[in-house]
Amino acid sequence: MDRRDFLKAAAITGAAITLKMKGGMDIMAQTVTNSQSGSKVDLVAVMGGEPAAMFQRAISEMGGMGKFVKKGQKVVVKPNIGWDKAPAMAGNTNPLLVAEIVRQCIAAGAKEVTVFDHTCDEWVKCYKNSGIETAAKGAGAKVVPADQESYYRTISLPNGKRLKNAKVHQAILDSDVWINVPVLKHHGGANLSISMKNFMGIVWDRRIFHSSDLQQCIADICTMQKKPVLNVVDAYRVMKTNGPQGKSEADVVNSKALFMSQDIVAVDTAAAKFFGQIRNMPLENVKHLANGQSLNLGTMNIDKLNVKRIKM
Amino acid sequence: MLKKIRIGASIVFFTLITFYFIDFREVLPHRFHILEEIQFIPALLAVNLIILLAILLFTFLFGRIYCSSVCPMGVYQDIVAWFSKRFTGKKKKYTFSKAKNILRWSVLVVTFALFFAGFTTLLGLLDPYSAYGRMAVHLFKPVYMAGNNLLASIFTSFDNYTFYKVEITLLSVFSLIVAATTMLVIGYLAWKNGRTFCNTICPVGTILSIPARYSLFKVKIDTTKCNHCGACAKKCKASCIDSKNEKIDYTRCIDCFNCLGSCKQDALSFTARPMKTGHVRKEQEVDAGKRRFLTTALTTVATVPVAFAQEKAGVLSGRTSYTRKHPISPPGSISADHLLHHCTSCHLCVSKCPSGVLKPAFLEYGMGGVMQPRVYFEKGFCNYDCTICTEVCPNKALKPLSVDEKHRTQMGRVVFVEDLCIVLTDGTNCGACSEHCPTQAVKMEPYKDGLTIPVINQDICVGCGGCEFICPVRPYRAIYVEGNVVHQEAKIILEEKQEEIEIDSFGF
Repeated sequence: MDRRDFLKAAAITGAAITLKMKGGMDIMAQTVTNSQSGSKVDLVAVMGGEPAAMFQRAISEMGGMGKFVKKGQKVVVKPNIGWDKAPAMAGNTNPLLVAEIVRQCIAAGAKEVTVFDHTCDEWVKCYKNSGIETAAKGAGAKVVPADQESYYRTISLPNGKRLKNAKVHQAILDSDVWINVPVLKHHGGANLSISMKNFMGIVWDRRIFHSSDLQQCIADICTMQKKPVLNVVDAYRVMKTNGPQGKSEADVVNSKALFMSQDIVAVDTAAAKFFGQIRNMPLENVKHLANGQSLNLGTMNIDKLNVKRIKM
Repeated sequence: MLKKIRIGASIVFFTLITFYFIDFREVLPHRFHILEEIQFIPALLAVNLIILLAILLFTFLFGRIYCSSVCPMGVYQDIVAWFSKRFTGKKKKYTFSKAKNILRWSVLVVTFALFFAGFTTLLGLLDPYSAYGRMAVHLFKPVYMAGNNLLASIFTSFDNYTFYKVEITLLSVFSLIVAATTMLVIGYLAWKNGRTFCNTICPVGTILSIPARYSLFKVKIDTTKCNHCGACAKKCKASCIDSKNEKIDYTRCIDCFNCLGSCKQDALSFTARPMKTGHVRKEQEVDAGKRRFLTTALTTVATVPVAFAQEKAGVLSGRTSYTRKHPISPPGSISADHLLHHCTSCHLCVSKCPSGVLKPAFLEYGMGGVMQPRVYFEKGFCNYDCTICTEVCPNKALKPLSVDEKHRTQMGRVVFVEDLCIVLTDGTNCGACSEHCPTQAVKMEPYKDGLTIPVINQDICVGCGGCEFICPVRPYRAIYVEGNVVHQEAKIILEEKQEEIEIDSFGF
């Protein structure tokens, strides 16, 4: 092979790789825009089952995992693992739910599934005591750390109002698709922590969120280009008071619910209304919802959506 | 054979102790802190009578085996001496020297007199275990972590997450300098003359020299065989064999057994049997000066604590309030004062703290407590359920706390500076402090326009520093923890069991 041949071959390979990546992006963009049409199920709400069973039911209503995760893709499943708390305390996403999502991603042909969170408590303890590390690894995921700044890369947020850029974990940036899996809970600062608030676990510096209008920054980070293909809200156990960390199991309600949508504002609105039955929580107090709506991230008007309600 | 056993034991103790100190991934189970508890000064300060008696009894039976194999600083010197022999060739010879009795006893007396007077820094500097601990934490651990990071970057580039990167932080410049100086000075002495430190400076060596002198088993010279060739003395890293006079200074012999194999005449043996001696032992030759010195010294040591205790009682009966900017002493330390009288700054707690909130103090505790651990919240905050520092402390300077006791221990109290709070100054949500508060001593309460603002309850605060760590306000934080001079009991509010909430609809 002479140099010319080599260069040609290299150019062709390069072009092929670019094409493939572009294709991947298109598929992603499609799934997101599809949800706006309203022709199919926009939001699924399930009650009364076990975490894995409720997810299985919801995802099949949405058309199956294969609609969101394609063969050979690199997937990130992003739960909330913020605190050094056992599952019964409901401070973190339910490990059984995380494991089921990982399993389904792999079954749908994902090349690899990565799980991480930028924790508040010391990360080794959080990963271990939340039960998520074991559950996710058992289901075939790669569990990666997020405690060092070197894992994060700066992205710009042209549509953000207060937050113009942020350092986001490389696992998200290098993935083909990612699935947002928050737990629904009370939050002393933002009033509620759901899908939009869960974005704070993919960024490095969170103090800046708190110091420059938390509710606006939460909406701003959600404007990042690579949006989750799916938001799955774990409400199997809900921390109703003393969130986001909780003091004891007295803060927890066994509500056995799950919400799923591609529309992040809609799914959070649904979850917030559900929470409102446990404890008074006016939607206007969860201001990042309205902020998100005005940034066109989704709609708070869930009555206009095709909502599937399932009791198991 | 004895030498081989000694080397084997030394390697086991040294490796495990060193690894336990630098083991940030917690590969070794916590029960290995027994290796630290059997160290002499920690056992003494913890008043661990069983260990103390065991060490003394062992020394009465076999001599200073402790110095030979159990003490990590001793083994460190042997390693240096071994390298010295490798590099300087076979010519390396030790020679007999006289015991520096005045020096070593003076060091011992001064060290303990100052300790009882509340100046622990000197004991901390000289205790061989603590001095070695600092070497491990400040010098070896960063190297180990850097090695880990190198492996982590190699493995992660192959998508393998067996190793993860760790942040190497400079905990304290002063402690680093002390550790490096200790390593160099003791290393230099060991390179030149073997166990010089153990027999001239080390307070433990000096204490153990007494039982060692009368120990049952000793290396003895069969004077009928000895031809005064001096081969044994050349091997003696304690410089305690006087071959010419067929005498061994047992106060300095550290039972390395290197001499045993060196004797061509087979005149040396480690035995309890009396040896035939060529001349009358000059045991009766009493050094009156030394005896007088010892008596005076021991009396001083005995009376200083009494004098000090009276002074302390005055302080204790005073107030329990705290002074602003008082350092926060670690969980289980009871008070800065308790810490001052028990901690020799081995920095095991500093190394083991998973949240990185312990670091050596400089002058925060005063001159007497330099290098003792204090709590700071730059890198993290004290995990509510974590009790590791209290479990590993061999000196019991940090008393072991159960998780429940830890929850009730208040090492400091939250102070909220409302004027600086984001919610007030910017009129936006924040709540970062409350979010990190495990007891909700900092609780978000309704403020205005759907906003919530922190409200504090100092009585239930444990002083973990979660609020101070995360508060985004700069340059001065709006919330911080002030240390308690004496740790207080944090109240625990028992939550009344609320009625089960039944939800059977979606709410939308």
